[in-house]
Amino acid sequence: MSAARVGIVTFPGTLDDQDAARAVHLVGAQAVPLWHADHDLKGVDAVFLPGGFSYGDYLRCGAISRFAPLMEELIPAARAGLPVLGTCNGFQILCEAHLLPGALTRNASLHYVCRDQRVRIEQTGTAWTSAFTPGQEITLPIKHGEGRYVASAETLAELEAGDRVVVRYVGGNPNGSMNDIAGIRNEAGNVVGLMPHPEHAVEELVGAPSTDGLGFFTSILKKLVNA
Amino acid sequence: MSTDSVKRAESTPDEPMPFAELGMKQDEYDRVKEILGRRPTGSELAIYSVMWSEHCSYKSSKVHLRQFATKAPKSEALLVGMGENAGVVDIGDGWAATFKIESHNHPSYVEPHQGAATGVGGIVRDIMSMGARPIAVMDSLRFGAADAVDTRRVLPGVVEGISHYGNCLGLPNIGGEVVFDPCYIGNPLVNALCVGLLRKDQIKLATAPGPGNKVVLFGASTGPDGIGGASVLASATFEDESHAKRPAVQVGDPFMEKLLIECCLELYAADVVVGIQDLGAAGVSCATTELAAKGTGGMSVDLNLVPLRDPSLRPEEILMSESQERMMAVVRPDDIPAFMAICQKWDVPATVIGEVTDTGRLVMTWDGEVIVDIPPGTAADDGPVYERPYHEPAGQAALNADTPDRLERPGDLGATLLRLLGSPNLASREWVTSQYDRYVRSNTVLAQPADAGMLRVSESMAGAEPTTRGIALATDGNGRYAKLDPYAGAQLALAEAYRNVAVTGARPLAVTNCLNFGSPEDPEVMWQFAEAVRGLADACRALGVPVTGGNVSFYNQTGSTAVNPTPVVGVLGVIDDVARRVGSGFTAEGLRVALLGETREEFGGSEWAHVVHGHLGGLPPVADLEAEQALAAVMVEAARRGLVEGSHDLSDGGLGVALAEACLARGVGATVTVTGDPFTALFSESAARALVAVRPEAFEEFAALCAEHDVPCYGLGTTGGASLVVEGVLEVPVAELRDKHAATLPALFG
Repeated sequence: MSAARVGIVTFPGTLDDQDAARAVHLVGAQAVPLWHADHDLKGVDAVFLPGGFSYGDYLRCGAISRFAPLMEELIPAARAGLPVLGTCNGFQILCEAHLLPGALTRNASLHYVCRDQRVRIEQTGTAWTSAFTPGQEITLPIKHGEGRYVASAETLAELEAGDRVVVRYVGGNPNGSMNDIAGIRNEAGNVVGLMPHPEHAVEELVGAPSTDGLGFFTSILKKLVNA
Repeated sequence: MSTDSVKRAESTPDEPMPFAELGMKQDEYDRVKEILGRRPTGSELAIYSVMWSEHCSYKSSKVHLRQFATKAPKSEALLVGMGENAGVVDIGDGWAATFKIESHNHPSYVEPHQGAATGVGGIVRDIMSMGARPIAVMDSLRFGAADAVDTRRVLPGVVEGISHYGNCLGLPNIGGEVVFDPCYIGNPLVNALCVGLLRKDQIKLATAPGPGNKVVLFGASTGPDGIGGASVLASATFEDESHAKRPAVQVGDPFMEKLLIECCLELYAADVVVGIQDLGAAGVSCATTELAAKGTGGMSVDLNLVPLRDPSLRPEEILMSESQERMMAVVRPDDIPAFMAICQKWDVPATVIGEVTDTGRLVMTWDGEVIVDIPPGTAADDGPVYERPYHEPAGQAALNADTPDRLERPGDLGATLLRLLGSPNLASREWVTSQYDRYVRSNTVLAQPADAGMLRVSESMAGAEPTTRGIALATDGNGRYAKLDPYAGAQLALAEAYRNVAVTGARPLAVTNCLNFGSPEDPEVMWQFAEAVRGLADACRALGVPVTGGNVSFYNQTGSTAVNPTPVVGVLGVIDDVARRVGSGFTAEGLRVALLGETREEFGGSEWAHVVHGHLGGLPPVADLEAEQALAAVMVEAARRGLVEGSHDLSDGGLGVALAEACLARGVGATVTVTGDPFTALFSESAARALVAVRPEAFEEFAALCAEHDVPCYGLGTTGGASLVVEGVLEVPVAELRDKHAATLPALFG
């Protein structure tokens, strides 16, 4: 059986693409580099939109990237069920592309914050969180200046009622996000966006003092292998 | 407005030129005239004035800095030494590391955010220009008193500038220093370090060989930012008021720099770069003269081809602009299409502005007229050299005589420990470091608050085999020690950085330094500088670690009051198996705690004297380099054998503070016993000491290792419990230590 192929997108200013590729590789999947300027998803089975400062975060985080040629392919593919995970800047791009509702705004503290954050996995029914148990608390690094999730009251109510809040901050909200939201999914559950960085918590030696991020990668691998 | 061409200069030999406004002395100007056999044009004057400035020419420091070469220890690891953009060190398995520290002090005072940000940008480009991928940054920061009004302006801006620029570049920030002292109130020190990784056989140099090869300027366009003296030149010579007020501080665009990094690495991989130089201080002037001087010797440049952000810029301003995120490469004509295609892929503008010649002259044209025609080496290498007079400061003997012996010793040592732990210089740096991304690139093994930052060597480059190696880096400096004795102070700075690297299990290999001093025209400051350089060069020889490069920053003073002499020293080390690294805290209960090294009663320049008595006098601790070397040998071997669970360098605040920090790392307490005078045992700052935590079953082997190296090893007690207990002296819950330690910086800076 050929390895599951997970596309890793690089925009100008993407930073965590190598980290994501390493994490994908660690769980036994194949990382396939995807370039922002290509109209080509290279037939991948899933896509990871990594963090960074694509286009320098100019205008608004993710606002320019959503118009990239690659996104013209990715948006319809995601609507048709392709599993997509966006972390940090990737989450911001997913919101700008309207694959996920709401927006990520400047942290309430007005400071960039890098810390190991306690979070709770609220939903395990997504393509990216099935390896966790509902309510499981894990530690993942966060590192962002604009991670405060905001949405209209109606959208928030919809997200909560539809069980679409996937990850929630516990033990202190680091950025002022509404409802302590750290990550959400689309209705179908194939598209997930989160501010924390699972790819920085996959090895004992480096990164965060936990390997709790591995679950996101084993989840997608299991789904793709069983598909 | 006519152009001041060479032809015009020849026909108007007596036209007065504004050399004094550009900071040039009469005799220096006379030398330029002698070199050229005529008066310089405005553009030539611009080049000489910036290239012969203190910053670029090291004219006051050169005669002293030579000791770093003449006294250099034999080192097989050194691949590229001083004089290039950065030194390069062999770290084994075909890998090399390049690292350097540089100051951006004055810009950071004028405009903290941009000043600090562009300081990071500049040092990163130095590392890139060696052919390396930058892999991490560190910052060594010094501010005025923590509660001073201006510190609240400067510090948050500096931290935000470093945070924004470094985070945006995708470089982990793995350590550094934050120090407060009233002497830095009008002159903060912002020293930025960058380290890069490359294959040993892929080193690039700043050179322009091969007549006919093209000179390419790539990256950001050139604007009017960072022009210090040129505006004076422009307005004085051409009476053009619109150019009179230019921002002197550069503005950074980290996004462009990130593109430049990836673009350069792809250019290197495609082997389409013959020579490369970053544009930093003195911009195009520096890049063209230095590249030409180190190459075939000649270069012709059409300045009209330089892409401008502001089309009204005059040639003198283009030459002096310090616009950020620019690089200059020398490229074979056949490789130009491939070069341009890679730049285009990364959206990096690139323009051929000239070519290498064999004329031995750097010739530049503007609107078809020759405006520069000079031998490039005269600007790049043959700057003035000064033997500045120096003598011991008038008050030095009195300062040394005012020892801390007269200071009242505390009764309650628990209260003293808490006071020190909450003092601005020893309190938790988390308010600062949480604004830096320490995880990006997924190679960070250790970062603040560890004694040294450590990175796994793991870059996927063509031809690279897997390696288990890692590199460690630490920067240290103590201006109070150096004020009391600059010779010993510089040695202590090196010793501490060396020790910080060694306690993680890495073998110290090489040194970079940033020498921050007042005005070299003040003989007392010059004495401090001469002593510090002499001390550092001697210590490098004694410890077997060569200086690979660095930076001198003079004129750090407000009015006639100089900052404390502050040599900041960075040490790079290598660990053969990075999985054997040792952290700085108590990792578990039931470990044996031991103190390595001798404790003397040494409180001169100590944190206790500073915090409790506001006292600075006497002499700093003794710099015992033999003891440092023995201690390092023990720590490296102990890590290799896996004997040590945690080890922590003893420095500011002594054993008491080190114990508290070790407890705070994981919230594990300890119970220990100290011998002799408990105050001296807990707060003296004797050097060449470390605190270790060892598994009981490994202790005998560890103690034997210490004995083998003649390193005193004193068993103190055991880890465990929720408090730090020094039997019969103090007992403080770890939670209370944490509260005190964590509260200070957030309370000051919000």
